[in-house]
Amino acid sequence: MDMRARSGWLQPNWPRGEGQGIPVVKWLQGEKNSILDERIELQNLACGRAAMRKVIYLDNSATTMVLPEVAEAVREAMEKTYGNPSSLHSMGVEAERILRNAREEVAKLLGAQPEEVYFTSGGTEANNWALRGLAHALKRRGRHIITTAIEHASVLEACRRLEEEGFSVTYLPVDKQGIVRLESLERSLREDTILVSVMSVNNEVGSLQPLEEIAKIVASRSPALFHVDHVQGYGKIPLPLKKLRLAAVSLSAHKIHGPKGVGALYLRQGVRIEPFLVGGDQERNLRAGTENVPGIAGFGVAATLARKNLPDSVQRMAQLKIRLAEGLLEGIPGAHLNGPEPRAGAPHILNISFPGVKAEVLVHMLEEKGIYVSTSSACHSRRQEASHVLKALGLPSSHLEGAIRISLSRLTTEEEIEEAIRTIKECVEELRRL
Amino acid sequence: MRKVYLDHSATTPVRPEVLEEMLPYLKEEFGNPSSLYSWGRQAKKAIEEARARVAGLIGAQPEEIVFTSGGTEADNMALIGVAYANQKKGKHIITSSIEHHAVLDTAQYLQRQGFKVTFLPVTPEGLVRVEDVEEAITDETILISIMHVNNEVGTIQPIQEIGKLARERGIIFHTDAVQSVGKIPVNVDELNVDLLSASAHKIYGPKGVGCLYIRKGTRIQPLLHGGGQERKRRAGTENVPGIVGFGKAAELAGQELESEGKRLKALRDKLIDGVLERIDHVQLNGDRERRSPINANFSFKYVEGESILLSLDMKGIAASSGSACTSGSLDPSHVLLAMGIPHEVAHGSVRMTLGRDNTEEDIDYVLEVLPEIIERLRAMSPLYKKAGD
Ligand SMILES: Cc1ncc(COP(=O)(O)O)c(C=O)c1O
Ligand SMILES: Cc1ncc(COP(=O)(O)O)c(C=O)c1O
Repeated sequence: MDMRARSGWLQPNWPRGEGQGIPVVKWLQGEKNSILDERIELQNLACGRAAMRKVIYLDNSATTMVLPEVAEAVREAMEKTYGNPSSLHSMGVEAERILRNAREEVAKLLGAQPEEVYFTSGGTEANNWALRGLAHALKRRGRHIITTAIEHASVLEACRRLEEEGFSVTYLPVDKQGIVRLESLERSLREDTILVSVMSVNNEVGSLQPLEEIAKIVASRSPALFHVDHVQGYGKIPLPLKKLRLAAVSLSAHKIHGPKGVGALYLRQGVRIEPFLVGGDQERNLRAGTENVPGIAGFGVAATLARKNLPDSVQRMAQLKIRLAEGLLEGIPGAHLNGPEPRAGAPHILNISFPGVKAEVLVHMLEEKGIYVSTSSACHSRRQEASHVLKALGLPSSHLEGAIRISLSRLTTEEEIEEAIRTIKECVEELRRL
Repeated sequence: MRKVYLDHSATTPVRPEVLEEMLPYLKEEFGNPSSLYSWGRQAKKAIEEARARVAGLIGAQPEEIVFTSGGTEADNMALIGVAYANQKKGKHIITSSIEHHAVLDTAQYLQRQGFKVTFLPVTPEGLVRVEDVEEAITDETILISIMHVNNEVGTIQPIQEIGKLARERGIIFHTDAVQSVGKIPVNVDELNVDLLSASAHKIYGPKGVGCLYIRKGTRIQPLLHGGGQERKRRAGTENVPGIVGFGKAAELAGQELESEGKRLKALRDKLIDGVLERIDHVQLNGDRERRSPINANFSFKYVEGESILLSLDMKGIAASSGSACTSGSLDPSHVLLAMGIPHEVAHGSVRMTLGRDNTEEDIDYVLEVLPEIIERLRAMSPLYKKAGD
């Protein structure tokens, strides 16, 4: 199956925004372009703290640099618009206007209506809410949930919690590429299945899930609702909400150069959900708590900027990732990819092992040379356990130990990728010599 | 026109010093605290510093602080987390009828899940009686949750005494201290509390950050699952700049607690005395003595609170009726009703809450324009005319 055609990121059906059509070559030659300029400025900032050392940040699945425009919007909201959006006086009205604008921008990048976007404290809350809120709203119809073995911990743990409360959960297996097995989905659907939750892009290996097929299979046999954790895909791969008949979608700002501690849950109009946080009529009575106005303002600007250079920015990133994969596979004997082929996976994530080299040692050595990558997902990297995702892929333990994740952003340049290839090669050779 | 912000219980402006400390974490120090490398480590260190500062403000140990997305999440977590972790011991919860909705609605949610909840009444002055708490305790009681300072009428509840009682009976005690932290002295040991909620944006920190203090050994489940953050007690990538801002705000609040407390109390008394002197048919809601230094809450008979607010807004004065998160609705405040204030009187209530930026001149200005506003509105009020007849 041609994953490329299916995922659609090389022939994207993105709405083409302003800034479209900057040819990739010109881009790379550094034609006057806001993103490249921003990059240089950021690089300088980052260099400042890294003692003038050149820094190559390739851990964008963990978190991304906050863009200067985003930081400025956050700062401005804190300085000038400090009212509580729920207040009736004019200070409150101004804060409310910030929320409205941000909601529109976040919705636009997703292809949703603003009324369908509910702000949360991040992707984790969005996932917890979606799973818990939908399960409890639907429990009279049934108590069976289907998800996959490679979801983010915030989906898996929410499912475990639901199991304790009497729901039953099926964790679908994946193949070597990290792609969910459709046959097992077909077998798992039951009369009492109320919810199917599958991520669009896996955060550790970058596999893209066959969401269209999943949606079709689910729709043909079950009234179950479909939730997608789109935290890693938002702004990077299109998600046809209508076509997939999605009920809910989770987003997070800090993965798209926005601030940490802000996210959103998309809820299709008419979908019933129980609130997760109660005690205030914010977010149309579905998510209580004084809104993180500056964070949300930053999320809005991050979404605007992400949309501006689509689809070119994503295509460029994908090409760089392919170049990175090829460079490492060709240059380092024994190197092998975990997860999908470079052309089939997400445009920004590469997971690769170098037998004989311990990932942690390599990550530290690279850090010393100013290159930032990670061993697995950020939230695992302080634990010593092997990642549940790599285990689910059925990799031999030799691969598990040596797996590093390299993840790009649209700010990543060709020079950085070439430099990363060279340095990783040197480090692996040195470590193997020892 | 003069701008006077008198809605500090709804939210406060971020202090420049706080913003200053946050900015690096919004920009170059963007690492994920869970990452192994130095960027992540720097973020992690900053979080730990903030934790120590917040802990310092309330007399807690740093490891007893769990950062959340705000006061609402902290309240939700306290009630739900304790209820589910202790349900084998019993299913009874005691709270009051004047809590913030973040506690009330969570308690009602738990009721629907099969827990029994007692909503204690309050005195006409807006105070919970310790005897009522004592009487409500049963063998089944696993949690008492009473707020420290009420957000609408500013009354200070007898937390220390209730805490003592709870401790004697081996019942977990939570207090929503969102309105007291940084305004009056709060010490978790003196107050005998096991759990305490706080929120950064009420103390000149950023919105979207708060914390739950959890005394060591307290049985509680997490609310947000999936990620090892906050020692596995609260999942989700940390709002690093927000947390850093909370830390700084807490530090500053601690330094200025005494001086600001005194200054604001004097301003508050000037405001209360001035209003009661200059305007007829007005009452102060909430106990005069056991009251937050920043809160004044009045009922102006024969007028609508909303009309007063709009008139004040046109004069550059921001105040509120009821609490901010319910001020969009037209129901009278549940707090005023619980105090036994009649509907029509509750409807004419206005809350003015003071803060760092307020001066004597601000209060003079309010005392100058408010009587005119009330007089004008009353002149248009059929109720007032009838009462005058
Ligand atoms: C796939 C996925 N889902 C959810 C999350 C959680 O989002 P947040 O970090 O905003 O809590 C992450 C990132 O950590 C992720 O990669
Ligand atoms: C007493 C009280 N508890 C809880 C909250 C909720 O806190 P937050 O706004 O941080 O969600 C508030 C403020 O709105 C409050 O006044």
